[in-house]
Amino acid sequence: MFATDQTSRRHFMRHMAAGAATLPALQFLSHLEANAQEVRRRGKAVILVWLGGGAPTIDMWDLKPGTNTGGEFKPIDTKGDLQISEHLPKTAMMMDELSVVRAMSSIEADHMRGRYFMKTGYRPEVTATHPDFGSVVSYELGTQRPELEIPAFISIGGGGGQSGYLGMAHAPFEVSSNGRIKNASLDRWTNPQRLQNRLEMLGVLEQNFIKSGRGDAPKAHADVYDKAVSLMTSSQMDAFKVEQEDQATRDAYGTAQLGRSLLMARRLVERGVPFVEVGYGGWDLHNDVFNSLANDKLPTLDAGLSAVTADLKQRGMLQDTVVVCMGEFGRTPRINQNVGRDHWARSWSVLIGGGGLTGGIAVGKTSSDGMRVEGPSFLPGDLWATVAQAIGIPLNTVHTSKTGRPMKLANGGRPIAELIG
Amino acid sequence: MTLRPLAAALTFALAPLLSVSTAASAAETGGEGVRTGGDAAIIAEIDRLIARGWEENGVEPSPVASDSEWLRRVWLDLGGHIPDAEAVLEFDRNQSESKRAELIEALLNSPDYVRHFSTVWTNLAIGQGQVENTSRLGMRRFFRNAFARNVPWSEVVFELITAEGHFEENGATNFLLAQMVDNDEGVQATAKATRLLLGMQVQCTQCHNHPFNDWKQDQFWQFNSILKSARRIDHEEFNEQTGQQDFVYAELVRRPLDGPVFFEKRSGLMQVAFPAAFGEVFGEGMDTDRRTAFATALTGLEPDDEGFPMASESAEAVTDQVARAFVNRTWGHFHGYGFTRPVDDMGPHNAPSHPELLDYVTEQFITHGYDVRRLITWITRSQAYQLTSKETRENEVDDPAAGEVPLFSHMAVKRMTAEQLYDSLLIATEAQKAGNSDWESIEAQKRVWLGQFITEFGTDDLTESTTFNGSIPQALMMMNGELTSKAISADAGSYLNRVLGSTTNPEEAVTRLFLASLGRKPSGKEKSAAAALIRASEKPIYGYQDLFWALLNSNEFVFVK
Repeated sequence: MFATDQTSRRHFMRHMAAGAATLPALQFLSHLEANAQEVRRRGKAVILVWLGGGAPTIDMWDLKPGTNTGGEFKPIDTKGDLQISEHLPKTAMMMDELSVVRAMSSIEADHMRGRYFMKTGYRPEVTATHPDFGSVVSYELGTQRPELEIPAFISIGGGGGQSGYLGMAHAPFEVSSNGRIKNASLDRWTNPQRLQNRLEMLGVLEQNFIKSGRGDAPKAHADVYDKAVSLMTSSQMDAFKVEQEDQATRDAYGTAQLGRSLLMARRLVERGVPFVEVGYGGWDLHNDVFNSLANDKLPTLDAGLSAVTADLKQRGMLQDTVVVCMGEFGRTPRINQNVGRDHWARSWSVLIGGGGLTGGIAVGKTSSDGMRVEGPSFLPGDLWATVAQAIGIPLNTVHTSKTGRPMKLANGGRPIAELIG
Repeated sequence: MTLRPLAAALTFALAPLLSVSTAASAAETGGEGVRTGGDAAIIAEIDRLIARGWEENGVEPSPVASDSEWLRRVWLDLGGHIPDAEAVLEFDRNQSESKRAELIEALLNSPDYVRHFSTVWTNLAIGQGQVENTSRLGMRRFFRNAFARNVPWSEVVFELITAEGHFEENGATNFLLAQMVDNDEGVQATAKATRLLLGMQVQCTQCHNHPFNDWKQDQFWQFNSILKSARRIDHEEFNEQTGQQDFVYAELVRRPLDGPVFFEKRSGLMQVAFPAAFGEVFGEGMDTDRRTAFATALTGLEPDDEGFPMASESAEAVTDQVARAFVNRTWGHFHGYGFTRPVDDMGPHNAPSHPELLDYVTEQFITHGYDVRRLITWITRSQAYQLTSKETRENEVDDPAAGEVPLFSHMAVKRMTAEQLYDSLLIATEAQKAGNSDWESIEAQKRVWLGQFITEFGTDDLTESTTFNGSIPQALMMMNGELTSKAISADAGSYLNRVLGSTTNPEEAVTRLFLASLGRKPSGKEKSAAAALIRASEKPIYGYQDLFWALLNSNEFVFVK
């Protein structure tokens, strides 16, 4: 069995209590209430830009000019206290808001395993299916937002994921960047009474099967139907319609699919969705890496990333919205015979910022050839713990796997100190 | 026993009902009847080893499933869709003590089995999405032939590994062709062939020694030095209108290789790997057909003059992994869980749940000439497959969904695949009786429908994700999608229209809808809820429509229980 809403509320209370232990009781209560409201009001959120296939971060965030592994690109100065690739000039202008963790060391260099590790914080294993961190955020923050009628974890053209022991109701809701949600419209019922009749009959049938002693899956099915019905009838579905934005805003994000997706992400966050993943794939660059980057991948990413950061900032939302940009691993410092780079998880970089995290710095470093981390290195759990800290999920939160194993938030990772203001 | 299979209805438009007499079909396949002493003894041994697991873990098996529960399960597992209402009633009326065994045999000889298993294996071999310049039709034909003729599994594997030629003339070529669209020196083909056909995941040893077992990096490259000897040729034709080369067909040919392959250790040291498998080393000269030598080592078969596999006096398989992998996967097909998790990651690092049973069935499968239908007969007639999926207090600890090692003390509840759901909706609404579409066009429509659930990642391992997993998009599709609105249509010629035309008794009409969708009669409570719904509806027909909608959307419909 997994934790119910009540247990997660208990975790929340315990966390608040720990912070307020020295306050007199009355003051503590009002403090608690104020905090709870604060969390709701401020609408903390995460936008994950997912670079499926594994991006060559050595050519983006941690360049090694003048070495065998350095490749063709030059570093440029930014508004922050670090340099990044010359092919990310617009992002460079926003780097006072964003930071680069240059000391990721994530072990898994197979697409499937790497994706699982980076998204969940756990390495794949056979006895438990771990939730994507998006599902954790849906479970912890989404359930505290009763006004939210659409799913709390939305993946726009993302790379797939799973909610594991948190239940299908927290699975990523996958939509394409055109924002059309198939089969979500209520139009075909001329009579809402009939929907009501159908759902009542469905309830009788579902309860019968749920009570028949066949495990958790029948109940999960009913939970997902509840969510689907709430979505069908919600005005918040407007968030998917980026064409409602004014022309200037749409121009700023550009015409690329990534830009459109990021604009949709911002609209979703505005409506209170706490976790949005935006997929931007095609980074599995075993061949011809520099041409692909310079002429295609990096200009598109640069336009999207800089636009969403600037837009969030201008609307006063960046303070509450963490932006993370990464894929399942980095790519080999060594350049292969096809002028490509292969899978590499041992030493690579992730971009992270917003949500009150420190901007403009590089955390950790790699050796001069990029082949290894020098000094402390970080696991995906550390990254997600940092995100958790920024969006107010208590680090001592524990979920329970279906076998009853306690599962620590972000696999027990520690927030990256340099990023916590 | 009479079957009303979907595939039969679609394949033979003029003979929508196919009668399969069990006696006749056993004679046709040339096999001895399955109810021989040999099979009974094997099934008894499977039962004994499963029961030993229950005893050792202090669990009691659940009771035997009701006929309706079991019938729906065996139809979905073997035939790929639910039974129609008539089949449910007929099974109920059948008083024969061996009616379950008879039905298994009838299903194994039905076109539905062939269709379902070729769908399952086509998806396993080339994925659900569209692979560039690869013939899904060719792949399907290959598997259709294999399952229709009950070709020994060793021969199927032999052909998949050694296939050469035009991708539609020799459908077997598509398995390797699909893994060779990126010009990657056979790396993907190596990973996929070992995983699917041998149940071994060696892809991690591409770059380093396996962290949890003694598989070394050179093992991957040994396999690779074999599969690299396949070459893909994409034949193109100049299109005068567009001025571009258009793809015409793909061909898989032998690439004569000389010598070993070289690979790089993490340290940067170059290493060498010679063509070898399971300790058996093959020639490395141009004259060795590496894929054939490999297939012979795996199956003990040798090519005849035309390259078809045949038994050989001189050759012997050097491993039982082909049989072991198939047994494990097939057990998993029926029970929801194999003996290892996942079913295709076998090896010293991942001990099976029932090692002795896996050894035993593997050995029997080999002894009986890799006879696929016989293996399925053993599994589906064994005690564990007869049990209900309801847990009892005495076996609730047997909870593989929660990560426990499966004991098979109650049946696992499986979620229907997208194909099973699609075909079951056709059966529930008897669409196959009304329509006159041919098999290929039904398949094409189905593929378009399936496409909406599939996301491809565009990575070098061709992985895909599907939202057909009980997610919100799937719920929306079932609630509001076109398929459901067609299914509950009350237009002339529709299923509901026919049901209501054939009876004036509301209770009987309600029962028919339950039988058609859930394969069982309604309970008292469900009857009164249905009656209340129909009474409260503006028109009775709306009530029946809404009832049918609820049945098709229910958890019970979408699960194989």
